[in-house]
Amino acid sequence: MKGYVHSIQSLGTVDGPGVRSVIFTEGCPLRCAYCHNPDTWQCHAENQQDHADVAKKILRFYPYIKDGGVTFSGGEPCLQADFVRETALLLKEKGLHIAIDTCGEVLDDSVKALLETVDLVLLDIKMTTEESYREYIKGSLQNALDFLEYLESIGRDAWIRHVVVPGINDNEEDIDRLAELLRGHSCIKKVELLPFRTLCIEKYASLGITFPLADTPQMKESDLAKLNARLTEQMNA
Amino acid sequence: MEQLKTAWETFIPGNWCEKTDVRDFVQKNYTPYTGDEAFLAGPSARTQRLMEAFEAKLKEEREKGGVISIDTNTVSSLLNYPAAYLKKEDEIIVGLQTGAPLERGVNPFGGIRMARSACKAYGYELGEEVERSFHYRTTHNDGVFRAYTEDMRAMRHVGILTGLPDAYGRGRIIGDYRRIALYGIDYLIAEKKKDKENLGHNRMTEDRIRLTEELYKQIDFLGKLRDMAALYGCDISRPAENATEAIQWLYFGYLAANKEQNGAAMSLGRTGTFIDIYLERDIRRGLLTEEGAQELIDQFVIKLRMIRHLRTPEYNELFGGDPMWITEVVGGMGEDGRTLVTKTAFRFLHTLYNLGCAPEPNLTILWSENLPEAFKRYCARVSIDTDSIQYENDDLMRPTYGDDYAIACCVSAMKVGKQMQFFGARCNLPKILLLALNGGYEEKLNGKLGPDMEVMADEILDYDKVMERLNIYMSWLAAQYVDTMNVIHFMHDKYAYEKVQLALHDTEVERLMAFGAAGLSVIADSLSAIKYAKVRPVRNERGVITGFETEGDFPKFGNDDDRVDNIAQEILHTLITELRKNPTYRGAIHTLSVLTITSNVVYGKKTGATPDGRAAGEPFAPGANPMHNREKNGALASLNSVAKLSYDDCRDGISNTFSIVPEALGKNDDERVSNLVNILGGYFSQMAHHINVNVLNRQKLIDAMENPELYPNLTIRVSGYAVNFHKLSKEQQKEVISRTFHEKM
Repeated sequence: MKGYVHSIQSLGTVDGPGVRSVIFTEGCPLRCAYCHNPDTWQCHAENQQDHADVAKKILRFYPYIKDGGVTFSGGEPCLQADFVRETALLLKEKGLHIAIDTCGEVLDDSVKALLETVDLVLLDIKMTTEESYREYIKGSLQNALDFLEYLESIGRDAWIRHVVVPGINDNEEDIDRLAELLRGHSCIKKVELLPFRTLCIEKYASLGITFPLADTPQMKESDLAKLNARLTEQMNA
Repeated sequence: MEQLKTAWETFIPGNWCEKTDVRDFVQKNYTPYTGDEAFLAGPSARTQRLMEAFEAKLKEEREKGGVISIDTNTVSSLLNYPAAYLKKEDEIIVGLQTGAPLERGVNPFGGIRMARSACKAYGYELGEEVERSFHYRTTHNDGVFRAYTEDMRAMRHVGILTGLPDAYGRGRIIGDYRRIALYGIDYLIAEKKKDKENLGHNRMTEDRIRLTEELYKQIDFLGKLRDMAALYGCDISRPAENATEAIQWLYFGYLAANKEQNGAAMSLGRTGTFIDIYLERDIRRGLLTEEGAQELIDQFVIKLRMIRHLRTPEYNELFGGDPMWITEVVGGMGEDGRTLVTKTAFRFLHTLYNLGCAPEPNLTILWSENLPEAFKRYCARVSIDTDSIQYENDDLMRPTYGDDYAIACCVSAMKVGKQMQFFGARCNLPKILLLALNGGYEEKLNGKLGPDMEVMADEILDYDKVMERLNIYMSWLAAQYVDTMNVIHFMHDKYAYEKVQLALHDTEVERLMAFGAAGLSVIADSLSAIKYAKVRPVRNERGVITGFETEGDFPKFGNDDDRVDNIAQEILHTLITELRKNPTYRGAIHTLSVLTITSNVVYGKKTGATPDGRAAGEPFAPGANPMHNREKNGALASLNSVAKLSYDDCRDGISNTFSIVPEALGKNDDERVSNLVNILGGYFSQMAHHINVNVLNRQKLIDAMENPELYPNLTIRVSGYAVNFHKLSKEQQKEVISRTFHEKM
């Protein structure tokens, strides 16, 4: 079966546990203001690949990733849940650990079937109020929260990943609200706050797209550490 | 006999007691260590004081432009300098190369012109006495140029062959320095005398006459080595009786080799497991604590870091950063399945913390799937912290070289004391392609050499036709290259024979002749462009092809794409096959490496534009690396392409330099260690040969280039060795910075 694949990054170590290969799919229902992969928003006919070919390419890296695994990122992999599932099944045959990196906006039967196949979901909650979600993400927070509830109901492991952007979601109330949303979910195994970065400016320029946060400063590691500490404290409160 | 009893007390006897057999001694007596680094000790007060003195000297050396001083009036040899010290009261391992710390000696045996111009480059004049004594003497360089043919000179001149050891010591010979500690000099002399006598029982053919004279020289220099040690109050005629003596005796051998020879790579060998036996015995006897054991290794390593040779600026262009290649292999597995990792493997690595990062000695991990996990993790940690060590595949080399081999220079394996190498630098593959396309016209000078053919007339280059041409020129290159090497090594044996180092080999030594190839990824991508895209040659007014217009995309080496990776493999296979058709001096075995040192910059400078889109003069990628920033699928795909190159074709090694930013390797130290262990394991399980690992940010290098004074100890791996970044030329620094740093997250 065919799917839209933007690229394959053979070595990834920050999208799930261990040494992993990352498959970036094309197409995304959201338009996050801080998106660092704007080149994956649209599907391109010439980027269609067969799931068996994709699996074959990934298996070339098996000796390195056998103790790590494979992560489907994007774009939004759940937009092509059947394709991702077919590919993942071939990889799982070899015993590889599978993760998907998703915003949780889509939860149909195909996605539910996909969630039966994967070992780990990297879920990005993004914003903590409907209002800010609509403004900066162009979607609905409720969908992400429903997705989280679904993961909890089927007992699928999740890592919450949350990009912190200076001046947008970096104050203590944001963190406290995030803790409030996440608290009590036993499926959540880890929460990672990620710093907002501006490394993608060149990518936007080359695509001729305006980067809405071009003037926003990068998130300072020290500030992030403080928020991380607060989040841990709040989660355990 | 009494002496042997004391020296060998508590050692398990074996064949090694009957004849020279260090491997047997090691196998019978060493203690494998599978634990972690927790036992290690910090530097002693003495070591810290000694390091202070050393660092002051290093600072002075930097401030004087890289050379602290030159003794221009003495020809470097074993007995020509008095005993000298860095800080006598704090030194437990003694012996300097010349009369003062870091002072460089002159060694004109390789070539007097080289010695003269090296002195001049640093504002000195070669002493009259030295000039006079060499006026009537033939140097290695004189001999070579008497015998070089016109073709050989032309190939050298245009840069098809570069860096040949025809004006300096060939190096890449590893004396088995352990023999001195285990047996003492008197025993070794007696054995060599026996060999010489036995040789005389045969008909005196040319080969035997030569070997007999060589044995005379070996015996003579073993005596000089004993006398040299006596200058420092040490009696090495007898075997070492404790760990301090074992290290000291062994070091005297290495020191003597460096007083006698200025070889390009003067490697140490495989001493750690051997030394460990003495350290552990002294610890058992209550003579030594862990602090004391570490102190000995630290002080030994300080001495190794002080070795220097006098080089010319042209030499430094090829072999940037004043490298010595004091390569010591660490780890590996024994043929019986026990690991050869001992506590001393950890102690050697730990010097990078106790003494700070440094490029020498060139610590080389022999990686095996079966290495103890704790050792794998420690190595990865050291890489991440220091960027100072390299890895080579023990599982790949052991079947050929056994379990007592070492690495000369960067990647050249040889059985210690049983094999030696005739070093042959490298040939320029992209230039051969251009020469083939031009039917023998050299693209820059428009001179003609090689098979005389027409310039290829096709408007669009045809892959099959190009390959047919290329094979004709590869065959010509191979014949010329072997002949050139034969001349060089005939003359080196005749005029600059390595007396100390070969005295520490078996008399019947096996010889390897090591050829090399530069620009592999450039020629592979160029041929791929010809095959998969449209390449239109651009000709100058005389019809010679000087550039290319390449239309369309094509597979590039470094993306795990068989279409081009196969081309790279085929080129190497053709080259070694052609080389093997030509007989070598002294029946040496042909080997091939894909290694450039830093000469990829000079090679690029001497090579016109290539069909892969590389501009004229642009550097090649180092070693077997893909061209910079052509890797589109990330680090593992790049590693996979290199892993496909066949070690059977390239028995002299396949060098790969891998740079990754810390953030791309993992989120914290522990994750980075685990991930690096998995990456190394994955790479080597596919029978890849070598990898340099750098974990650092490009920005740091840019900053270091602009503010060298802030980074005096910044060490990075380049191509089979490590350098102080500040010692590279600006051009070399820029090339390193332009390389791919795997950073996608």
